[in-house]
Amino acid sequence: MTSNAVLARLVGVRKAYGAVRALDGIDLEVRAGELLALLGPNGAGKSTAITMLLGLLRPDAGRAELFGQDPQRLAARRGIGVMLQQAELPPTLKVGELVRLASSYYPAPRTLEETAALAGVADLLARPYGKLSGGQQRRVQFALAICGRPRLLFLDEPSTGLDIGARQALWAAIRALVAQGNAVVLTTHYLEEAEALADRVCVLARGAVVSEGSVDALRARIARKRVQCATRLPLAEVAAWPDVAEAGVTHGRLWLATAQPEAVVRRLLERDPALAALEVRAAGLAEAFTELTRDAAAADQREAA
Amino acid sequence: MDTTVLGTVPPCMPRPRLARAYLAEARSECLRYLRNPGFLLPTLLFPAVFYLMFALVLPHGNDPDVPRYLLASYATFGVMAPGLFGFGMSLAVERDNGLLTLKRALPMPPAAYLLGKMAMALGVAAVVVGLLEALAVGVGHVALGPEQALRLAVVAVCGSLPFCALGLLAGTFLKGEAAPAAINAVYLPMAFLSGLWVPMAMLPRVLRDLAPVWPSWHLNQLALAALGFDGGAGWPHVLVLAGVTLAAAWLAARRLRRHG
Repeated sequence: MTSNAVLARLVGVRKAYGAVRALDGIDLEVRAGELLALLGPNGAGKSTAITMLLGLLRPDAGRAELFGQDPQRLAARRGIGVMLQQAELPPTLKVGELVRLASSYYPAPRTLEETAALAGVADLLARPYGKLSGGQQRRVQFALAICGRPRLLFLDEPSTGLDIGARQALWAAIRALVAQGNAVVLTTHYLEEAEALADRVCVLARGAVVSEGSVDALRARIARKRVQCATRLPLAEVAAWPDVAEAGVTHGRLWLATAQPEAVVRRLLERDPALAALEVRAAGLAEAFTELTRDAAAADQREAA
Repeated sequence: MDTTVLGTVPPCMPRPRLARAYLAEARSECLRYLRNPGFLLPTLLFPAVFYLMFALVLPHGNDPDVPRYLLASYATFGVMAPGLFGFGMSLAVERDNGLLTLKRALPMPPAAYLLGKMAMALGVAAVVVGLLEALAVGVGHVALGPEQALRLAVVAVCGSLPFCALGLLAGTFLKGEAAPAAINAVYLPMAFLSGLWVPMAMLPRVLRDLAPVWPSWHLNQLALAALGFDGGAGWPHVLVLAGVTLAAAWLAARRLRRHG
């Protein structure tokens, strides 16, 4: 893993918008052949971090590098593909014309047919962009991102607006690109997307990296497990047990979060021998992520106090 | 101090492919506006209809100089729009809707973006002038030799450049939906105050004294001279227009670099 070349990085990058610190000394590396997911609540600095790597903004301090160069240099950006969260393409241009135009920026682009097949837009090439549905437009934007055979792909919330089938197709295309040795930087609100695709997850909160590692490592950092069962024990009783961090009832099932699942399960079985449908599982990325960013927020408040 | 291997720079761009990027950008810019009647129709029809009404239909006198004189004025009026709107409005909208950000993130040569819009504006300007000249000869029976027609076309098409630069500058200040109204608020009064609708001689003295402030007045003087109306030396007007173009383009480039 470590032998893979670093394609892009941020070194000690700081950026403030007025009094708001958007990035507070961030270090980040993207290596060939990996998919790095950037997670974090709105305003955590994900977009600003990507903006720096794309050369759209200059850091106040520290430096951003693409292929060892200043990202504002055209030569460096010829190795990247970009899909932004919000970009309205000219509505009167046809999809094929848009792909051809974006391809013309690159030294050795894919053929139109190859790009269209990979992005699933082959049936849309003759249609004006403005007449497409939101999901179709997202697919066209993905086509523009990959048409230049980029070694590093930036995808900002790529599956927003896609239906399940289109999202699966997008994931398959992304996996194929990573398998070919390309790198992908992905920001997403869909945690299952990061779980399904990412080799490495980087959680940002308030302009700083609060966690970095594999999806498993991130989950392991969160000691909590989720226990669920069908029981006649009253919620109020279980919620009052020590070791139970959180409890509730959903669809008639009792669930609880705990750092001591063994002790809690033993006690559950003792108190209710008729207990059924017992389930214990590691926290999903969603729970892990909520906890991490909550910790960061709490630390901030302590600092401020 | 650095032990990590850095990924190598992507292959460099062969010169013919770079040229194709410029051509593709210009082609897309032209195509998207040719297919946009909301931009194309007013830009082409306003000067033509105004010229038809005010120079060819309404005047009752037999002075053959009126349609010839107004041909210069409406050509000036007509070529201002593609520059001001083609640059100003589209830049304002594209700054707002994320297209400019995407293009700046992609390896698009930045000059291709501007040259593409310029090619579109100059092309539309040429069509506007051609349309007006056809009306002048066909409907107004203006005695317009091929040399004069060509001279007017060259002056007017080149003369749309300062308005491209002004539109570019305006586009760096404006955002999105507000742009058309704001640009019209400059375009229409400037056209009137430069004597493009009503000849300068019929305007109050104070407006006549103020006229050299407007770039469109200078362009109109050159357009009139191209049609044989003696307006004195042409080079001061050329200098003013060149100065306006360079100053506006420089300011706009500075603002785009700083604020995007």
